[in-house]
Amino acid sequence: MANLETFKSEATAWLEENCPASMRKHGGGADAEFTRKKRSGDSLLWLDRCAEKGWIAPSWPTEYGGGGLSTEEHVALVGIMKKMNIPAPLGGMSLTMIGPTLLELGTEEQKKEHLPGITSGNVHWCQGYSEPNAGSDLANLQTKAEDKGDHFIINGSKIWTSGAMHADWMFCLVRTDPNVQKQKGISFVLFPMTDPGVSLSPIKLISGQSPFCQVFFDNVRAEKSNLIGKVNEGWTVGKRLLQHERSSIGGGGSSRFGISMTLNDAAKKYRGDENGKIDDPLLKLELTRQDIDTQAFALTTKRITDETMSGVTPGFATSMLKYYGSELTKDSAEMMVSIMGPQGLGRDDDRDNFSDDERGSTRAWLFTKALTIAGGCSEVQLDIISKRILELPTG
Amino acid sequence: MPLILNDDQKLLKDSAKDFFSKSMPVKQLRQIRDDEVTECYSTDSWKEIVDLGWSGITVEEEFGGLEFGYLGLGVILEEGGRTLAASPLFSTCVLGAAALSIAGNQEQKSELLPLLVQGDLILSLAIEEGAAHAPQRTRTTASKSGDSFTINGTKTFVLDASSADKMIVVTRTSGEAGSNAGLTLFLVDSNSKGVSITSHKMADSRNACTVVFDNVSVPAANVLGQVDNAADDLQDILSIGQICISADMLGSTREAFERTVEYIKMREQFDTILGTKQALQHRAAQLYTEIELAKSVVIAGLQAIDEGQRGDALAKTASLTKSKVGETFTLASSEAVQMHGGIGMTDEEEIGFFLKRARTTEHTLGDVRYHQNRYGDLLGL
Ligand SMILES: Cc1cc2nc3c(=O)[nH]c(=O)nc-3n(C[C@H](O)[C@H](O)[C@H](O)COP(=O)(O)OP(=O)(O)OC[C@H]3O[C@@H](n4cnc5c(N)ncnc54)[C@H](O)[C@@H]3O)c2cc1C
Ligand SMILES: Cc1cc2nc3c(=O)[nH]c(=O)nc-3n(C[C@H](O)[C@H](O)[C@H](O)COP(=O)(O)OP(=O)(O)OC[C@H]3O[C@@H](n4cnc5c(N)ncnc54)[C@H](O)[C@@H]3O)c2cc1C
Repeated sequence: MANLETFKSEATAWLEENCPASMRKHGGGADAEFTRKKRSGDSLLWLDRCAEKGWIAPSWPTEYGGGGLSTEEHVALVGIMKKMNIPAPLGGMSLTMIGPTLLELGTEEQKKEHLPGITSGNVHWCQGYSEPNAGSDLANLQTKAEDKGDHFIINGSKIWTSGAMHADWMFCLVRTDPNVQKQKGISFVLFPMTDPGVSLSPIKLISGQSPFCQVFFDNVRAEKSNLIGKVNEGWTVGKRLLQHERSSIGGGGSSRFGISMTLNDAAKKYRGDENGKIDDPLLKLELTRQDIDTQAFALTTKRITDETMSGVTPGFATSMLKYYGSELTKDSAEMMVSIMGPQGLGRDDDRDNFSDDERGSTRAWLFTKALTIAGGCSEVQLDIISKRILELPTG
Repeated sequence: MPLILNDDQKLLKDSAKDFFSKSMPVKQLRQIRDDEVTECYSTDSWKEIVDLGWSGITVEEEFGGLEFGYLGLGVILEEGGRTLAASPLFSTCVLGAAALSIAGNQEQKSELLPLLVQGDLILSLAIEEGAAHAPQRTRTTASKSGDSFTINGTKTFVLDASSADKMIVVTRTSGEAGSNAGLTLFLVDSNSKGVSITSHKMADSRNACTVVFDNVSVPAANVLGQVDNAADDLQDILSIGQICISADMLGSTREAFERTVEYIKMREQFDTILGTKQALQHRAAQLYTEIELAKSVVIAGLQAIDEGQRGDALAKTASLTKSKVGETFTLASSEAVQMHGGIGMTDEEEIGFFLKRARTTEHTLGDVRYHQNRYGDLLGL
């Protein structure tokens, strides 16, 4: 405990000295998804300093460029940064999905090859799972990989690939055996997006943004050394990665997508009386219930983290947290635009008539609809809870 | 503090589970109901609880208690909730002990707490006066005459009053109904002249009484805390009560849910097991998730008491806890009966006992509406 206290004061001092002031305010973490080449100014400086300190991935082993912190220290660091209003230097799939999976299931060579790219903020990854005919039923994927001795040749297409246009590498589920039960013929491979056989077609979302693509593969080459796990055993690797993904999607619960106002503040501003009190009893009740559920969910996330740290395996708790957290965030975003009324329903390009917060809320409202679809939709999470936790029978 | 039990608390939980399932199963409650036992609990089982030391679990060692804290009491209440165990644990050892510890002077504590720990003092909190929990609307009066006070008024749904040796009575010594100022707590012997107690037969087979105070004279020494200024103490006593009854409700909720899942795993209709139907599976999974949230607010609430949180902060915690657990218990018990189908409607099947218990505890110290309203007020909305 004494050590933890020392760590806390040293961490605070380091952050105080190294995190640029411009990062410590609303919007400071806006670039978190991007690697070095898309950043400049203080955002780049912050990334560089953290990379050097090992705090892009504070809990990963130092030999791969991580910070080597214990779980307690990592939790403490996150708490301190939150208190100091300091954004994480990097977010996204590299750090939350492929990194933890490689740490757990990669060979020593694979860790050495790929993890330093993540901990230095140099390499950005994307996820090639979904296909037009393999969504919730992911195991139905058809993208084909042929065994060519020391490498595979891949043909087919992935869809809804977030960040594919910025990515350097893809982690990808491919079919290596079409003649067995569908889960048993899948492999998990890595390849660079610079391969000449990779082409992209951007897809525009209901928010007007285009953060993802359909990706086409025409004789794309993946080295055997970049096969994670064994041939035809990729489903296990892929599912483990999904648990990491679900933790990161459900985890926020109350994350605000860069909007500076809380729901309660917005309600007072847009719907309050002269004294800033809310005189609409139904709105007050809705806000109260949302606050209660948000608190109860935050306590649940904490309880499950505490249980994990005490040695209880979380198992399928990720599905429960993903389900509830994503629904909660979606509801919050829906309430926000509802409170703003027509002011919450402007078009993103009308900066003259809609404030940053208003346009941000509109974007969040549209974007958060994806939270209960991506990473396994809510219905799939409920299926997992009923089958794996409650052990209800399948028909 | 991590939101987990320590090893001692886990051990206690295991012994409590063992004790309640063996000595006080739901069957016992049914028997008490059918035999029309006056106290609505088994005095033998109560003696066993006392012998285990659980009556004094939160009480300071100097008064003969175990000083084991509310997380400890919470696991006992939760396991008791699983079997709907009927005992004066809540009325006496939660509300009574908290009232004495928070509002009592040294003399009152050293006289009464040891008796309570030994099981020789049953206490009831006489607070409600109508259908809704609203302590600030107290109309029962206590007027000073010389060295004593005279109490007049009617209290409703007083838990375990039929067996109580003493009652802690919430009265108004000044101010208007609706105001928090002017409230005073009194310790009143149940056999005082002018006290009349009428037992009600409650749906959950537990005891609640109407108590009429007709010119009941009480010596000034029986004031618990300060005259006119009981509101803050009372708020803390009630917050503790609200969190503790939530622990009890959580146990019942989990039990009702687990029994229901087991039932749909074996019931066959349409040439299949009903539990294969996604319509039931998803409702069960959603309930499971709600119960996970309920577990979190209960352990956080108990921990807050142990960590010394008091006042409005504890009231907010208590409202978070009781509203979340109340909603979940209501839903879980209704779904339990629904998913049991026709059999769930029968008295022979125990699931109905959980439905009834859900509704009476829902109204103990404030229902979901009360707690959501108060939580909203405390948020400053
Ligand atoms: C913003 C966004 C980003 C994404 N990023 C990526 C990415 O980077 N990489 C990647 O591989 N994929 C990505 N996806 C894809 C995502 O994983 C899929 O959309 C998701 O798995 C659902 O598949 P689907 O869209 O084909 O829906 P479908 O499988 O067709 O399902 C449609 C709807 O049917 C219902 N449903 C589905 N299954 C069940 C069931 N078992 N029981 C009852 N009802 C059911 C649900 O309501 C569901 O929303 C992203 C998606 C979105 C929206
Ligand atoms: C008060 C009362 C009076 C009655 N009177 C009569 C009478 O006079 N004559 C008579 O013949 N019968 C009578 N019944 C019986 C009644 O019709 C049956 O209880 C009813 O058909 C349900 O059957 P079950 O009880 O076997 O429940 P089950 O079929 O075992 O179903 C249990 C539960 O499973 C769920 N469930 C069932 N099917 C599905 C499904 N397909 N998908 C998803 N979930 C499902 C539901 O939640 C259901 O409640 C009476 C029942 C009651 C409670």
